[in-house]
Amino acid sequence: MTDTAVAGAAAPDGEPSPLLELLAGFIIELREAGLPVSLTENLDAMEAVQHIPIEDRSTFKYALAATLVKNHGHWKAFETVFEVYFSMRGSQYSIDPESSEFDFDFDDDDQQGQGQGQGQGQGQGGGQGMSPEELAEMLYKALQSGDRSMMQAIARQAVRRFAGMEPGRPVGGTYYLYRTLRNLDLDGVMERLNSESKLENPEQSSFDERLQNDEYKARVSELKKEIEAEIRRMLVADRGVEAMAKTLRKPLPEDVDFMHATREEMASLRKAIYPLTRKLAARLARKRKFGRRGPLDFRRTVRTSLSYGGVPADPKFRHPKPHKPEIYVIADISGSVAAFARFTLHLVYAISNQFTKVRSFVFIDGLDEVTSYFDNVDDITEAIHRVNTEADVVWVDGHSDYGHAFTVFWEKFGKDVGPKSTVLILGDARNNYHASQSWIIKEIQDKARQVHWLNPEPRSYWDTGDSIVGEYVEYCDAVHEVRNLRQLENFVEKLV
Amino acid sequence: MAERFTDVPTVRQQLREVDYLADDGISGVVFLADRLGKPILVEGPAGTGKTQLAKSVAEMSGSRLIRLQCYEGLDEAKALYEWNYKKQLLRIQAERNADGSWEELEDDIFSDEFLLTRPLLEAIQADDPVVLLIDEVDRVEVETEALLLEIRSDFQVSIPELGTIEAKQIPLVFLTSNNTRELSEALKRRCLYLHVDYPEMDREKEIVLTKVPEIAENLADQIARVVRSIRQLELKKAPSVSETIDWARTLVLLGIDKIDAETATETVNVLLKYQADIAKAVKDFASNDQLGS
Repeated sequence: MTDTAVAGAAAPDGEPSPLLELLAGFIIELREAGLPVSLTENLDAMEAVQHIPIEDRSTFKYALAATLVKNHGHWKAFETVFEVYFSMRGSQYSIDPESSEFDFDFDDDDQQGQGQGQGQGQGQGGGQGMSPEELAEMLYKALQSGDRSMMQAIARQAVRRFAGMEPGRPVGGTYYLYRTLRNLDLDGVMERLNSESKLENPEQSSFDERLQNDEYKARVSELKKEIEAEIRRMLVADRGVEAMAKTLRKPLPEDVDFMHATREEMASLRKAIYPLTRKLAARLARKRKFGRRGPLDFRRTVRTSLSYGGVPADPKFRHPKPHKPEIYVIADISGSVAAFARFTLHLVYAISNQFTKVRSFVFIDGLDEVTSYFDNVDDITEAIHRVNTEADVVWVDGHSDYGHAFTVFWEKFGKDVGPKSTVLILGDARNNYHASQSWIIKEIQDKARQVHWLNPEPRSYWDTGDSIVGEYVEYCDAVHEVRNLRQLENFVEKLV
Repeated sequence: MAERFTDVPTVRQQLREVDYLADDGISGVVFLADRLGKPILVEGPAGTGKTQLAKSVAEMSGSRLIRLQCYEGLDEAKALYEWNYKKQLLRIQAERNADGSWEELEDDIFSDEFLLTRPLLEAIQADDPVVLLIDEVDRVEVETEALLLEIRSDFQVSIPELGTIEAKQIPLVFLTSNNTRELSEALKRRCLYLHVDYPEMDREKEIVLTKVPEIAENLADQIARVVRSIRQLELKKAPSVSETIDWARTLVLLGIDKIDAETATETVNVLLKYQADIAKAVKDFASNDQLGS
């Protein structure tokens, strides 16, 4: 069924109904991926595509994006789904939908021959029977010249040869990508490109060299994208659109789990955090400004009522005294939860003007105060980087020991905690079976205004294995599961 | 309603003629906005030509640009219309000795003559084709946003004393936002969304060539490359397109025809505006030198 829908869309002049059907599936998939697509937006998209010549793929894509995606953070998710649903169009991408099985043998280069002429002009030229060395040479040339069509052809070739794809396997293609890239040895090619360009222009300054290097890097990443797209196309052809889209579904940036973020997701999180903090700060500042009036000021009300003959016609209110807590952040920065601590510190410091004072402490099995790292720096990222590299947090072996860390905190800083302090403890409470020393938390709770525990683990993992969060939670005012940016933002907003 | 544009490539071509280099996304969305009669919500980093897009579209379609600059505290009186009460008072005083009835006077002082039109009303009343630019819409409060929304959705304004004024033509509307707060869902739903990002290297080079015609091509090329490299650093504020253009102008004025690490270090303050960023970039240029040697 999918095949027919795809085939219908693949024909540029096909009737509109298969396209609309495909579009409906596309929108359902977007919603599944978490994008809030409303009914009106859906209708807008349907109307929009009627004004766009369907052959113009990139305009088609932007038309859909303009009507369906209203948040730039969701762009990536949109793009993935789009690529899956609409990647069959254009002759050079078509994989014969009739052929049910794929032959991934090494010499299977001429698949386009049986494709009823739809696969002509693929720029694959001398692809047939090329040796791996020749392919490597071609790759080198393509990267050197930045020839786009040649890179596409190479991506095609490389995937056919190296990925070793098997039909019917329910995978997302990361493994295939890895295999292909390993065989292409892009690092080696980069090195060769750089040394070669040095040989050609010996008098080139290092500055130019660097620019040249950046250029090659950009080309390589383009090639990678091309390879990824190629793998995806083949997988889609093999397993159908819906199944593929489901495998590729990834959480939106605000839903990415801190504990299991990949390197790429981390980078996107880092990018997302800055606008988020800015927005949060603006929102909080505004809230404070337009916040409600304080409680009734009885004395002043009676006083003014005298001028109305004792009738309290003009009630007076106290000015609200904004409660500005002192914040103590105590964060576990051992490997497993470091990322979480980093984002929380970032957010807390970004809105530090909402608090009278922010003091931060980090620990693994030892504990160190890092407040000074944040003094007078305008770049929070830099400060956090220093926290992770310079703070003295290892006492014995560098495995989390909450008990000892709390003991140190209590001895050194316990006296500073007062009735205005709000204490935030960040960590998964995986204590490596050390003593919990949970009496300290009790002591802190007695002295402090509030104690919150933020745990980056899903609730169902708590108190399993060496996690002893339950022992501590007894003495905390609240404990929160904070696994992604959305939850973190909610928490921080409530805190203020 | 007459369509302004024939197809997407034409939009792109015409924008180019007024020195605005659009990519597929931009020209496609502008075209759609006309066809669907919807406003465009333009978001993106500062200095990527969001406002310029509206201006260029106005120029290319020969329309008048009406601009409403938003700020915190913007209200109906500043956005829509206001009665010129000083003039009304004068009128009443002048009338005091004459023996016209109150009704006549009332009709008189609530007429077009005493109405101060503000940008929104002006856009609706216009006979000639107009492009309405609502700039930095994220600065107004949510309540004002609703006002903008209401007017935009049916293109009519009721003034109690005058009756309803309906738009004679539907203007092309651009809203820009710097994303300092989340706009309401309702507003987003009604708009076409366009994210304008930093341009690709090739496009940036072309932009430099267009905006600084006296520049040599290889210098423009180098500029685009350096800017791309700088944007890859983790900066507080990456250089915007306008800053790239400023830098290009600076280099041309200084008579530099080839950038090396030294000139880049000396002039980088045109591109970057934060001390920490400048330090980072300079360090990057320098560390690179050591690597090379």
